[in-house]
Amino acid sequence: MTAKLIVTVFGVLLIVLVNWYFFFSRKKSASADIKEEGIQEVKIIVKGGYDPDVIIVKKGIPVRLDFYRDETNDCSDTIVFGDFKIRKPLPAFKTTPIEFTPEKEGEYVFTCGMGMMRGKLIVR
Amino acid sequence: MAKDLVCGMEVKEEEAAGFSLYKNKKYYFCSKNCKEKFDENPEEYLKSEEREKDQVLPEKEVEPEPAQEQEEKSERIDIPIVGMSCASCASTIQRGLADLKGVEKANVNFATSKATVLFQPQLARPEEFISSVRKSGYEVGTVSLELPIQGMDCASCVQKIEKALLQTRGVTKAVVNLATEKAKIEYLPSETGIKEIKHAIESTGYKVLELAPSEEVEDPERLIREKEYKKLKTKFIVGLVLGLFVFLGSSRHWFLWVPSFLGNFYVLWALATPVQFWIGWQFYKGAWGAFKHRNADMNTLIAVGTSAAYLYSVTATLFPSFFEAGGIKPVVYFDTSALIIVLILLGRLLEARAKGQTSEAIKKLMGLSPKTARVIREGKEMDIPVEEVLVGDTIVVRPGGKIPVDGIVKDGKSAVDESMITGESIPVTKKAGDEVIGATINKTGSFKFQATKVGKDTALAQIIKLVQDAQGSKAPIQRLADVISGYFVPIVISIAIATFVIWFNFGPFPALTFALLTFVAVMIIACPCALGLATPTAVMVGTGKGAEKGILIKGGESLETAHKLDTIVFDKTGTLTRGEPEITDIVTQNDYSEEEILKYAASAEKFSEHPLAEAIIKRAKEKKIELHDPKNFNAIEGHGIEAEVDGKKILLGNLKLMQKQQIVVRNLEEKAEELAGDGKTPMYISLEGKAAGLIAVADTLKENSLQAVAKLKKLGLEVIMLTGDNKKTAEAIARKAGIDRVLPEVLPEDKVNEIKNLQSQGRRVGMVGDGINDAPALAQADVGIAIGSGTDVAMEASDITLIKGDLRGVVSAIELSKRTIKIIKQNLFWAFFYNTAGIPLAAGVLYPFFGILLNPIFASAAMAFSSVSVVSNSLRLRRVKL
Repeated sequence: MTAKLIVTVFGVLLIVLVNWYFFFSRKKSASADIKEEGIQEVKIIVKGGYDPDVIIVKKGIPVRLDFYRDETNDCSDTIVFGDFKIRKPLPAFKTTPIEFTPEKEGEYVFTCGMGMMRGKLIVR
Repeated sequence: MAKDLVCGMEVKEEEAAGFSLYKNKKYYFCSKNCKEKFDENPEEYLKSEEREKDQVLPEKEVEPEPAQEQEEKSERIDIPIVGMSCASCASTIQRGLADLKGVEKANVNFATSKATVLFQPQLARPEEFISSVRKSGYEVGTVSLELPIQGMDCASCVQKIEKALLQTRGVTKAVVNLATEKAKIEYLPSETGIKEIKHAIESTGYKVLELAPSEEVEDPERLIREKEYKKLKTKFIVGLVLGLFVFLGSSRHWFLWVPSFLGNFYVLWALATPVQFWIGWQFYKGAWGAFKHRNADMNTLIAVGTSAAYLYSVTATLFPSFFEAGGIKPVVYFDTSALIIVLILLGRLLEARAKGQTSEAIKKLMGLSPKTARVIREGKEMDIPVEEVLVGDTIVVRPGGKIPVDGIVKDGKSAVDESMITGESIPVTKKAGDEVIGATINKTGSFKFQATKVGKDTALAQIIKLVQDAQGSKAPIQRLADVISGYFVPIVISIAIATFVIWFNFGPFPALTFALLTFVAVMIIACPCALGLATPTAVMVGTGKGAEKGILIKGGESLETAHKLDTIVFDKTGTLTRGEPEITDIVTQNDYSEEEILKYAASAEKFSEHPLAEAIIKRAKEKKIELHDPKNFNAIEGHGIEAEVDGKKILLGNLKLMQKQQIVVRNLEEKAEELAGDGKTPMYISLEGKAAGLIAVADTLKENSLQAVAKLKKLGLEVIMLTGDNKKTAEAIARKAGIDRVLPEVLPEDKVNEIKNLQSQGRRVGMVGDGINDAPALAQADVGIAIGSGTDVAMEASDITLIKGDLRGVVSAIELSKRTIKIIKQNLFWAFFYNTAGIPLAAGVLYPFFGILLNPIFASAAMAFSSVSVVSNSLRLRRVKL
């Protein structure tokens, strides 16, 4: 009986933990540097996810996101910014720049080719 | 005031003879002629305008001459840059270059994609500029070349040749390899050429062998992929062998001939461990990487699932007494963990292969681009890399040769196979004045043509760009799947834990075993990959298939809307019809023969450029009628013309002209009305004051229009014709095309409103027209389908572009979109169904009722093949007949 209780409590806690960790815990965010040439640039490392995965940029200024894919894992071989109609292959161990100009404030999700790895672009 | 870009004249907008909409900008023209010229090749005029502007504002450009006077020793170099997409890129590169030592001035021009650097050769070297550009994240448009060298026998020869090469202006990199006897050279095509490079090598006393034909350039990305694939394959084979032994050892109750030592827990452990940690290492690596980013993916599920089975088995091996104390017979599940990994690896292998095939169409397109061109420069024919071909170069094409860039035939005649670009399987005859498209193949004769578009402006380059963009776009239908796959994995983990708890608490004896097996099965069967792959793979294959057939689809959204269309509106002129009037009838009177009438009419119009006149001259030429020069030619506004040919006075024009000149036309008038009723334009001709006959001219239907309209009707679409013609003429043409509904007398600027009208009736409207004059209507329609002409591919306003003018392409495009959406729906249904059915099954919902429990090994097989099946289903689109 005690074993059942322990397993139940432990299981429920684990479920809570899993959901908290993946959905609600704080993510690493980075604001873009604005360079003298008038572009905002952020370097992002792709390895099982995006580092940083929350990017804050200003609206109306061209953005360049340099994605460096530091793995050969198939999952991350494409980057998708659905709202900006961008889908680009990310060659392994190379930097791929993604450029666009966000014109509207808001939060835009970017993902891998299958939508499992995700990051957020916040335009202010 | 606007400037006519063709002739340079200032034109008042309201008085302009016409305007063209190009890239969302209006351009006004002084005459129709100028407009036509502009429409033929707008880029050329825009470019020359750009150049003029640059000349007006000299401070924008680096002026080499004065600079050279100031600093005699400084040198100037032009570096073509690849990949600049905005003006800000230019400034990034410029800054990088200007910071280099020895650089006096650097200027990067975004419009021309060129960096101009003024530098002191003793302080700076061109290769430093190139690495600086690359550091800024851009590529330099250098050409790489491999030349076989004969006669090298020592290491010092290598240095000698390298030195000579590097001293050659424009050479940015030179590596000579003694073992392969080859020199690898990178150079700037604007600064030097193969000839100079060969000369530099030969000046050191070695011989350059003839260029090996089209040696493949190595693609590093492909190499990495191939290496990965090979590694995966090796791992799979090793895993399969080990897994098989584990399986046999664990199933001795089925296979009694298996020696008993193989059933030993320790032996099984030893066999399963390399599978778990060497072959399955990538899952751990992937899972850990994702975990750090608070993400969970496929790897997480596999790593956790198989680890659970593995660790349980290790515990059972090391501490059997622990289980025995609980009354459970210790059992190991090494076969489960090992076989899951092997099966998923197999799935990945198959998926990688299939995924590679989805982008085959674009690879094929890229592979089409020719490597070399045979140009005539300074009166000599020479082979040069295609990157070095300049606009205006004269290029020679031999039978069987590939046409290197876009251009216009100057001399010669041939049949050209354009199937790779337009999808048209029959070779097209080309003569002087015709357009040729780069990457098409010359079949019979040889000819010379002048290059009009090179590099990224060629039709092929534009097609590749369009297809790439399309394949990158998302279809709205995908949204739900996207949202779900973002939450999928953590939810599956939660379900798996819940399953474990429920089985442990309420399951039959031995509950722990049941709990473990169901936990593993739930983790392993869930397949978010199928959800993620469902739409993009189908869009990729669908758009690629379209491109093969000369149908360019802008993206997933266009593809999705196209299948919902219920109304197709055709513009008449140039779309349903050829847009070039032709003679349809000749009526004679007063004993004149048809030939005579044609001869006089055509001679009188010989120097006229009116489209009706062109039709008459064309027919006369076809009939090989000799034309004479007209005298006293006079065009009478709104009436026609008068002229003298061979001393005879000729009048050619409408009834008003005849009446004004008091010529008796008698029964011709009746005939003329009949012709007009058929949608033709009748012209009266009189010779020496006597009516001689009628020439009727009409814009004729394209040969496939009737067929296309019939097919569209069969697909259940209502077909409507839109035209500026009067009702009578319009209806006559529509009848011939099989169209029931006509919107006549629509002014060009009102076309948009007609489309809006139809849309307000709740219709989904597809508009078919040419991409230039109909641009606003195309943009307004739910799906704008532009009929391409020759090499102008990138139509801004349209969702779908048909490279060749054949209207059957409209049918194909709609059919393709229907098929693609069908495949997407099948894929999504399968992916959703699979997961919603598979997860409860794996959790054991059937057990209380039927005693059925899913073995985790089968769960892994199902998972592996569900994503493969989605990709394979998408690949079926490749076989669609259009």
